[in-house]
Amino acid sequence: MQEEIKPAVLPCRIYPLGDSALSIDWGNRIDEATNRQVLTLWDRLRRARLPGVSDFVPAYSSLTLLFDANELRRRFPTQSPYTKMREMVEHALADPLESSTVLGRQIQIPVCYDPAMAPDLPALAARSGLTAPDIIQLHTAPEYRVFMLGFLPGFPYMGTVDERIAAPRLAQPRQRVPAGSVGIAGVQTGIYPLESPGGWNLIGRTPLLMFDGQHTAPTLLQPGDRVRFYAVSLEQFYQIQSGA
Amino acid sequence: MSLRILKPGLLDTIQDRGRFGYAQLGINPSGAMDLVALAVSNLLTGNAAGDAVLEMHFPAPALCFESDTLFALAGADFDARLDGQPVPVHAPVLVAAGGILEFRKPVSGARGYLAVAGRFGLETWLGSYSTHLAAQAGGFRGRALQAGDVLPLRRQADYTNIIQGKNSWVLPWKANVSGLYPSGDTLRFCAGPEYDYLTSESKKRLETARWKVARQSDRMGYRTEGPALTLSEPLELVSAAVVPGTIQLLPNGHFIVLMADSQTTGGYPRIGHIISADLPGLAQMGPWVAFSLTQVDLESAMEEKYRQAQWIRQLGWGSFFNIRKFITSI
Repeated sequence: MQEEIKPAVLPCRIYPLGDSALSIDWGNRIDEATNRQVLTLWDRLRRARLPGVSDFVPAYSSLTLLFDANELRRRFPTQSPYTKMREMVEHALADPLESSTVLGRQIQIPVCYDPAMAPDLPALAARSGLTAPDIIQLHTAPEYRVFMLGFLPGFPYMGTVDERIAAPRLAQPRQRVPAGSVGIAGVQTGIYPLESPGGWNLIGRTPLLMFDGQHTAPTLLQPGDRVRFYAVSLEQFYQIQSGA
Repeated sequence: MSLRILKPGLLDTIQDRGRFGYAQLGINPSGAMDLVALAVSNLLTGNAAGDAVLEMHFPAPALCFESDTLFALAGADFDARLDGQPVPVHAPVLVAAGGILEFRKPVSGARGYLAVAGRFGLETWLGSYSTHLAAQAGGFRGRALQAGDVLPLRRQADYTNIIQGKNSWVLPWKANVSGLYPSGDTLRFCAGPEYDYLTSESKKRLETARWKVARQSDRMGYRTEGPALTLSEPLELVSAAVVPGTIQLLPNGHFIVLMADSQTTGGYPRIGHIISADLPGLAQMGPWVAFSLTQVDLESAMEEKYRQAQWIRQLGWGSFFNIRKFITSI
């Protein structure tokens, strides 16, 4: 059921995820070239409007299609729904995935790194042997790629952070992480859009709403966006938050 | 034309089939835990199979029908009483305005569903009526129901001639749901992408051991108790898609089964997936219920899903003609 597919620049495997989903998997990795393939195929399949497909889950190095096997069976009664789905995906993979078509937006996100909003900054400083200003400088320097959204509505998995500030998840996750908290886990950096439990190292907080249920476009970020953080003071944080 | 909550239950939410098309933003579909009961309760009242219903847990709510209403219960049996009189599950019931529905004790199942003819008069969020608890959006104000909440009904047939001074009337037919749930306590699963990383003993154990639904089980996922499973080599996975039914192996060797409110992505090994046709059965298992697992191939899983859908279709037609005949005969 899992065999190599040749073209598409990078090799990938196709396999079922239960009886209602199919994954295309480029291997277990976090890198931009792979993620570009994921998003390019996502874009291509979305445009193809494949029958029976209800959702796409683009991730770091895999794309998953959720489909209704019964809908496929009604349309293609002589074929196994999964086999049919797989055929349609292979057809889309026959042409090389040129990633130039998917360009993310550039988005600037203010982050307050004040100790009041950065409970794990001291531990990260101790661990890395860097000062807090060094860490802030390293965290705000690069442009990050939004590889994917997941975990919570609007939670962006971004990266990759400078190796010097990379850090494993907390051994004991917090019961309550405030909305807007900016964290680091491994070489990933992310933002909690809602208050929730969480195990990332919290080094700051953004006053921006990452998720707004009132909006038809409810999340600030989308897969493929490019994000740059800039430091703001506590005072500026509250100004931005209040919309001033 | 409304339904008033007199006393809230443990977790009463509005749910439909779920919210699709937003998984790329981390917005999971939500939707009814027991999609069979969703369809059955709706079809019994003449609604479309996927209309919004009230999903209830025990303790279940007490509610008042503020107008003549045709409703149906499906899923769990919580010993429903309408003005003190027993009301069956899986049958349509007509109630006169002022009728009070209560639930006395959990007899079987873990989730009850209430559908009302004419549908609830609520707004959709991103194309669905389902309550998204984490996002506090969808359903009724994005939250579980509270005392005093009034759920408006969209439209209502005139039942005055039928009711004729009675308080309630259980209509004389029932839905046969025997083929819609697993017959015993064995749930079927398909191997997941990381299944082959399990040791051969663990693969065997998965299908021979008895598993118990742990207390910390909710709409997001079911934790289980049983012997620990082990991988033949450690696995570090980057986040990838998970779906309702995904069996994830936690670092402590125990597994969870993701349910309707599951995240869209996760990083634990996906050792299997409960087949879609058996998820309603799992949704009706409360804490401490024991079950076994048995592996089936993908084709059988899709076949079962199709068979279940056909059964529901038949039930829908039967229900449609019964309701029409009944209403015109009076």
